[in-house]
Amino acid sequence: MGTATARETRASWVGQSVPRLEDEALLRGRGRFMDDLDPVPGAAHAAIVRSQLPHARITVDASAALDAPGVVGVLTGEDVRALSRPFPAGIDSPVPFYAAAVDVARYAGEPVAVVVARTRYEAEDAAELVEVDYDPLDPVLDPVAASETDACVHDRSFHYGDVDEALARADLVVHETFRFPRFSCTPVECYGVVADWDEAAGSLTAWANFQGPFTLHGVAAAALGLRGSRFRLLTPPDSGGSFGIKSSIFTYVVLIGLAARKLGRPVRWIEDRVEHLLGSASSTQRVTTVEAGFAHDGELLALRYDAIEDVGAYVRAPEPATLYRMHGSLSGAYTVRNVAARNRVVLTNTLPSGLNRGFGGPQLYLPLERTMAIAARRMGLDPADVARRNLVPAEEMPYRTPSGALYDSGDYAACLQQALELSGYERRRAEAAAARADGRLLGVGIACVVEPSISNMGYITLTQTAIERAQALPKSGNAEGALVTIDPLGGVTVRLGTTPQGQGHRTVCAQVVADELGIEPGEVTVLSEMDTQTVPWTVSSGNYSSRFSGVAVGAVQRAAAQLRAKVDAVREHLEEPELSLRRVAGSVHWNPAGLPEGMEPGLSVVAYWSAPNLDPPDAEDRVASSAAHGFIADVCAVEVEPETGEVRVLDYVTVHDAGRLLHPALADGQVLGGFAHGAGAALFERHVVDEWGNPMTASFVDYVTPTAPDLPTPRIGHRSTPSPFTALGAKGIGEGNTMSVPAAIANAVADALGRDDVELPLTAPRVWELLQRPPEGGGR
Amino acid sequence: MKPVPFRYVVARSLEEALAALAEGGDDAKPLAGGQSLVPALNLRLLRPELLVDLNRAGLDGIVRENGSVRVGATTRQAELERSPHAHPLVREALPFVGHVVTRNRGTVGGSVAHADGAAELPLCLVALGGEVVAEGPDGRRTFPAEELFVTHYTTTLLPGELLVETVWPAPGGGERSAFEELALRGGDYALAMAAAVLRHDQGVIREARVAVGAVTDHPTALAEVEALLVGNAPSDELAHEAGALAATLVDPAGGIHATPAYLRHLTGVLVERAIRRAT
Repeated sequence: MGTATARETRASWVGQSVPRLEDEALLRGRGRFMDDLDPVPGAAHAAIVRSQLPHARITVDASAALDAPGVVGVLTGEDVRALSRPFPAGIDSPVPFYAAAVDVARYAGEPVAVVVARTRYEAEDAAELVEVDYDPLDPVLDPVAASETDACVHDRSFHYGDVDEALARADLVVHETFRFPRFSCTPVECYGVVADWDEAAGSLTAWANFQGPFTLHGVAAAALGLRGSRFRLLTPPDSGGSFGIKSSIFTYVVLIGLAARKLGRPVRWIEDRVEHLLGSASSTQRVTTVEAGFAHDGELLALRYDAIEDVGAYVRAPEPATLYRMHGSLSGAYTVRNVAARNRVVLTNTLPSGLNRGFGGPQLYLPLERTMAIAARRMGLDPADVARRNLVPAEEMPYRTPSGALYDSGDYAACLQQALELSGYERRRAEAAAARADGRLLGVGIACVVEPSISNMGYITLTQTAIERAQALPKSGNAEGALVTIDPLGGVTVRLGTTPQGQGHRTVCAQVVADELGIEPGEVTVLSEMDTQTVPWTVSSGNYSSRFSGVAVGAVQRAAAQLRAKVDAVREHLEEPELSLRRVAGSVHWNPAGLPEGMEPGLSVVAYWSAPNLDPPDAEDRVASSAAHGFIADVCAVEVEPETGEVRVLDYVTVHDAGRLLHPALADGQVLGGFAHGAGAALFERHVVDEWGNPMTASFVDYVTPTAPDLPTPRIGHRSTPSPFTALGAKGIGEGNTMSVPAAIANAVADALGRDDVELPLTAPRVWELLQRPPEGGGR
Repeated sequence: MKPVPFRYVVARSLEEALAALAEGGDDAKPLAGGQSLVPALNLRLLRPELLVDLNRAGLDGIVRENGSVRVGATTRQAELERSPHAHPLVREALPFVGHVVTRNRGTVGGSVAHADGAAELPLCLVALGGEVVAEGPDGRRTFPAEELFVTHYTTTLLPGELLVETVWPAPGGGERSAFEELALRGGDYALAMAAAVLRHDQGVIREARVAVGAVTDHPTALAEVEALLVGNAPSDELAHEAGALAATLVDPAGGIHATPAYLRHLTGVLVERAIRRAT
């Protein structure tokens, strides 16, 4: 036991910012991304013909393309209908959703045919020869108008407490409508798929830079009409970012898989940037009307949301999850017990939505945090005081929200206080007020958000009534698997199903395993390539809902701990407590006869870890939609240039309590990335279609993703209240700022302008136009 | 995002380039830095049959002579940015031209000949009263830059003619200049931009060049604004008046990012700022 004691007294690797194992290859340009893979010889190249109209009956004639040089063949919507089934989704939609348009195209950019040729050049040349006849149909574009028509495909209402009664006794009711625009992720690397159909086995092997969730493996298998075991999905070791968007690649995996099947040849498709902006995915667009009742002292008494969620042309799985991901957190960071929500999902003739960092959080917290700021202004209160009056107190942790979340831990008020102090809040407020008296437009905004992580796979069943749910297979939880192996020379290998997209999962797993086995992180090999045939996984595997630090490391740690127990047992049996791992491994592999009585041979463990408390929704529609809940308090100071409308962020402070930080530098990296994404939504980015539904933002000329020099650098603070509900006490940290930043910046700009009607994105021209109009809903 | 098939010729001299362009006729395009042309090829917006690569034709170089600076067509923007001979207005404007990596490759002549209405170098050349040198089947000619630009991507260069040099006046005595631009994001095409070049003498503006771009289809000197300034002592009021006048002289179309009203207003703001800083 001497070695165990020695190991335990040494500082743990977890918690240290060790150098990333990923970086040497990346910095040398030796990363292996999707387009670097050449897994099957002789793959032909695909180019996708896409609808040029947002809504039209289509007829496709590919005969000229078939005669073009180098062409292997063409897959059309008719083929897709014949060879596959519509994708299932979380709600029944009257519109069948196939991997390509069948008879009717429903958004500009929707695939209508796949041309496969020897080279991408020839494929693109031939794609121009595919004749598509369009018979235009009226497009549906306005989500509010659509909500009153049969384009509304989902309408459920939820009631917790007594909202009507609480609103009736409120001293102030804020009743406002907020729009969250459609924005996107824009990773450096776009989608890529290589598909190989084995006609004899009736199986598809596909390589794609898919990011999970692996629920979508089943959705794709269902569309392909394949058992899961006949649909082998692999991912490359490196991915050039995703931030959610590469979940939606599964429809293209099916499309290219069908092309490979029809043409009897492996097919490769690498998406280009125009395709990515036209045809991959975006966030939802949400219009939320809030009614919120406040007591004169700022207490939030009641909250009612009426949300219209625009998911684009089809309900693509896992949608409408954006609308339900935050369901347990409808009350945000606050103690309000009377909460109601009406959720409507509408289809429009636009790009279907999908995962996008923050996933529902930005769309919830913009209306909620704007409402808190508006109430403070109307009551003449300091927004920080209104927040303090309502924050869930530390002594009530763990705290059950009215809609069912179980907030695990944290001192929200102390976190807010730290942010206020770090920002010099009082001084900034005074400076802003003095500057405004001088005619300048300075403002300060805050946002207090609960950052949920580790999604309950059952929350999506809230789309069904309790009665419907009772008749179906219950869904719950969030689990992950991991494989840890020690080879005969003592080398340690980990296999993961978390499909990292640059976050550094390999490094953190190596830290966890190194701690368990008493070795150094550099001695651990972590393979991040996913392979559904050889890596342990669950439906909830993948890279989303900031679940890695909470769940995946739990599986890795459990597997490593089981190996350590076995290694220690062997040492004890051999009466050599100091025996090196290499000697133990050699002994186990070479001399199974010498193992302790009854010990299984081998040094390889598959372990799974499941987050607690994630039950299916209850009969009252309450759900613990996530397992862990971080907290973020942000303070933002801005100056608006009245001549041009430019918004300058003078200071941005963000203080996080994400539980235990497994790797502080990686955690800060996540904060910076989430901040950039949120600031993009607040100040720059928006997908736009014109009045006829034509996409206007199909290149980086018009889809304005900020680059690093365009963004302010936030000042970051941390507190650490470990989660009692995750393996190592860590909570997610990758999405919170995408949730908080749009709200905090909007609050600061509203404060600077002394008006409530600010709308994202707050670009210079849009802010200037706002300044030319009288305020709606009152000004200072 | 692949171009249609094309032929590619490397010209080793100006003569070879002109010969190749003559052979290719309307279906030939000269290739300099490629920072605008190659994306346009990949997007299949342009479909030339022949690309004539000028990068090895010996057309680069910066030479100062007789109070002006001659910049060879394929001189990289980054080289001009670093050159002590670059006019202060150009040094101020060049950081707005794309990004460091595009300036390392993009050429001065390419930017001028491409004639994007939102490009900074054409605006500077017009504001400074510079000249362009073109050579074609009928020989070499030199003419004011203001006569080069017609509208977006359209110049008065004749068929088969190449822009071979731009000529930039060196700063004169009492001259002060300023460049102003606003874009949604660093390195983007400007929403609006303005350049002012003023010659002051004894507290009075003696000469004025004020030009705007991005809100017009080609870099446009605003003669009425220049007339307003000349003969007057510079002041904040005068600059403001000049800006307000400038705003009435442009008629931008607007787009998804900005309304015509905003762009007119912004033009006025930027002209006013440029004049103030050139004072």
